[in-house]
Amino acid sequence: MSAPTLARPRHTLGTDAPRPDGEAKVSGRFAYSSDLRVDGMLWGATVRSPYASARILAIDPGPALALPGVVAVVTAQDVGGSGRHGLSRPDQPVLAADVVRHHGEPIAAVAATSLALARRAATLVAVTYASVDPLVDPDAALAAPPLHPDGNVYRHLVVRHGAPEDPLPAGLVSVEGSYEVGMQDSAFLGPESGLATPTEHGVDLAVSTQFLHSDRDQIAAALGLDRAHVRLTLAGVGGAFGGREDLSLHLAACLLARRTGRPVGMRYDRAESFLGHVHRHPARLWYRHTATPEGDLVRVEARVLLDGGAYASTSAAVLGNAVCFAAGPYRVCSARIEGWAVRTNNPPCGAMRGFGCVQTCFGHESQMDALAAALDMDPLALRLRNALEPGDRLITGQRITGAAPVRACLTAAAALPLPPPLPADPDPLTLPGGAGLSAQAADVRRGVGLAVGFKNLMFSEGFDDYSTASVRVEIDTDGELVATVHCAAAEVGQGFVTLAGQIVRSELGIERVALRAADTAIGEAGSSSASRQTWMSGGAIASACAAVRERAGAGPHLDARHLRDGPIEETRVFRHAPTQALDDDGQGDAHVSFVFAATRVVVDVDPELGSVNVVQVATGQDVGRALNPLSVTGQIEGGIAQGLGLALFEELRTEGGVVVNASLRDYLLPTTLDVAEVVTALVEQPEPDAPFGAKGVGEIPTIPITPAIVAAIRDATGRALRRVPVRPADIALGEA
Amino acid sequence: MTPAHLARVAAAATPTPAADTPAAAGGIQDPAGPYALRVNGEVRQVRGAGAADSLLRVLRDELGLTGAKDACEQGRCGSCSVLLDGTLVASCLVLAADAQDAEVMTVEGLAAAGERTRVQQAFLDHGAVQCGFCTPGFVVAATALLTEAPDATEVEVREALSGNICRCTGYGRIVAAVRAVQAGDP
Repeated sequence: MSAPTLARPRHTLGTDAPRPDGEAKVSGRFAYSSDLRVDGMLWGATVRSPYASARILAIDPGPALALPGVVAVVTAQDVGGSGRHGLSRPDQPVLAADVVRHHGEPIAAVAATSLALARRAATLVAVTYASVDPLVDPDAALAAPPLHPDGNVYRHLVVRHGAPEDPLPAGLVSVEGSYEVGMQDSAFLGPESGLATPTEHGVDLAVSTQFLHSDRDQIAAALGLDRAHVRLTLAGVGGAFGGREDLSLHLAACLLARRTGRPVGMRYDRAESFLGHVHRHPARLWYRHTATPEGDLVRVEARVLLDGGAYASTSAAVLGNAVCFAAGPYRVCSARIEGWAVRTNNPPCGAMRGFGCVQTCFGHESQMDALAAALDMDPLALRLRNALEPGDRLITGQRITGAAPVRACLTAAAALPLPPPLPADPDPLTLPGGAGLSAQAADVRRGVGLAVGFKNLMFSEGFDDYSTASVRVEIDTDGELVATVHCAAAEVGQGFVTLAGQIVRSELGIERVALRAADTAIGEAGSSSASRQTWMSGGAIASACAAVRERAGAGPHLDARHLRDGPIEETRVFRHAPTQALDDDGQGDAHVSFVFAATRVVVDVDPELGSVNVVQVATGQDVGRALNPLSVTGQIEGGIAQGLGLALFEELRTEGGVVVNASLRDYLLPTTLDVAEVVTALVEQPEPDAPFGAKGVGEIPTIPITPAIVAAIRDATGRALRRVPVRPADIALGEA
Repeated sequence: MTPAHLARVAAAATPTPAADTPAAAGGIQDPAGPYALRVNGEVRQVRGAGAADSLLRVLRDELGLTGAKDACEQGRCGSCSVLLDGTLVASCLVLAADAQDAEVMTVEGLAAAGERTRVQQAFLDHGAVQCGFCTPGFVVAATALLTEAPDATEVEVREALSGNICRCTGYGRIVAAVRAVQAGDP
């Protein structure tokens, strides 16, 4: 046994600790869910509807079953249990039986001895459809006959704050505008994949997901299994961004494994991935802002319409955010915000990074610029004048009790140095459109735009939000102390596994920290979404560490003397402060905490070609406290790239509800040449109630970047640009 | 066909049949018969592949080398990047049977187990890895770039890596890692 040491371990909180999975990832040896293989396994494939709306008249699996190597075909009649699933309400069939409500809806699933065979067999399952005119206009959905027994409105929410129907005095300035946000896709790089293995009474599933326990509960209910016999393990996840919060291939894989008695692997190709997960809600927004001539916001009125597509997913929570945060991080005397999330025959939409806030931030920040122009004020000065501060009330009546560095974020972003002007003879690769699109340097106009946004952290509106973690400390065969963490929080790339080790090193003074695989053998950790795992599962690990210390009778550094009676293991459940439901006026303390960011963008635009080059992004980001500055920087730069994509080209397009660009050739993702230099100022004001003072940073960087880019293009061109993504024709011809 | 020519063809090719067509994966029809590939310095026998199977599919499913990833199988994301006689190719666009005369280098072959190249180390040191699904492709692409153009400017680095998609990092830390290798930083 080594002598006790008081040396601080490396890689504690506040350091750029390295990822524990980094070495495996750079060497190609990290096992993703698509890398799983087992002897004797079968492969599964899905039969999906080519129609957005149809009745199913007949399903004949015969031609598929006749193919040598095909082992099983399952349809709705093979599903036990409720036969339905859904993240917030079970309104989605496991396999459609009689009605198709969206393009790509699963109808049947096939198991065969190879993936190629399974995919070929899926094309041979003969489904007879009677197509039905799809309902694709979300405005029309409000009055249209219901597409589903649950109706066409997922949620209708009104926020009334400060007598918003009262007449306003004369002499005020109003600006009014309508805006649209297109359907963005999370487009995580690792397509959905997993491996289901049948057990005597249930199934084991290794899968890439964001929320193991919700998956488990939905699978058990939908397939009629005891949830104790549905065991999930997180397999290596290739990104998520909200697109893995709902079930994808889980049900088909488990069903086929149960049916065949053999392990069944499934893996979507890219086209199926686009059809197999939820997207960011397209939004139609109407706003009217009214202010005094000095620039004090008097009233904000807005209507928000979100197209939830065919099934509920998290539409209710997305709408909650869109409406609650629709006025932006500003003090507003009165507000009336009305929102709807509706069902259509478009692809199902759910919670993509920054959910709800991304959509309305484009609206409120476009409006703030329009208001600044109407008042002949500097856009930054208008925002600083109205910025929320601690102690202010939101339009939901909730008082901000934690840190709210809106002004600090704005001034930090604005103070960062501007880039040098475009040189007279620039590298053609740096021109708008790159070297191939023929922009001439002399034609290029530069613009600058600014935006600020905010979002809630963690789950809101009374949701019982908690996480569970255990920490075990023992002496290994080398005589060294080793701590083992077990937590079901999904590592999706964000770096939670890094943070877990940092917390244990800081809290227990132990250098060696191992992580057990995330699985359902321990209690829930909740979803890796809503910027919540640093606070929630970080809090659970910290609580478990404190319990270990207490049982050991130790201070902040455990050593071998504390383990004389053997290993110590403690499990703790962590909850954030309870929140309230919103009342009939949309009032209540519905949220736990808030995070803010301000972003300034410089663009070069060729106004005739409609091409844009983002030159620089400068951002001030509220992080509470940066527990791993390198990791935080990665979240900020990655989030900014996604918001840039939404501003300039990312849109999943549909015609009559049918997705027409389900490939990486036609759905454009930002590349190294599209994403500009990002200059970041971290604003560190520790959040009083947060473990270690840290705020989750997963989502907020994505929120203000989109309106900031559009503002910069407006600045360069004078175009109205009321829709994202901005198309070249919108710039060159003023089409939107 | 020389390997260099093959690489150019691969880079310019229209996409091979998508993976959901029967010929593209798993050897349903037209088996190519056993053949050998030289991968990471070893001669490997390929027995179960079809003539139309991509190099990516053979590496992953026949040879168990899952470092090259299959994020699009359309040549648009770079996650399947490998070196063919030192030239960067998208292995999803190369027919495996056509690579018989070439030396294939995958991410697994860049360094011995437990060791890391300077590029791999720089990716770790500079925070270039998040979910990591793009990482093998980026490591291979950056390795090719630094071999061919060690003095590339930042814009040239960005141009050279623009065939590789990363959805997590926003590229800032990836470019920083490559620049650090160029600068000789430890």
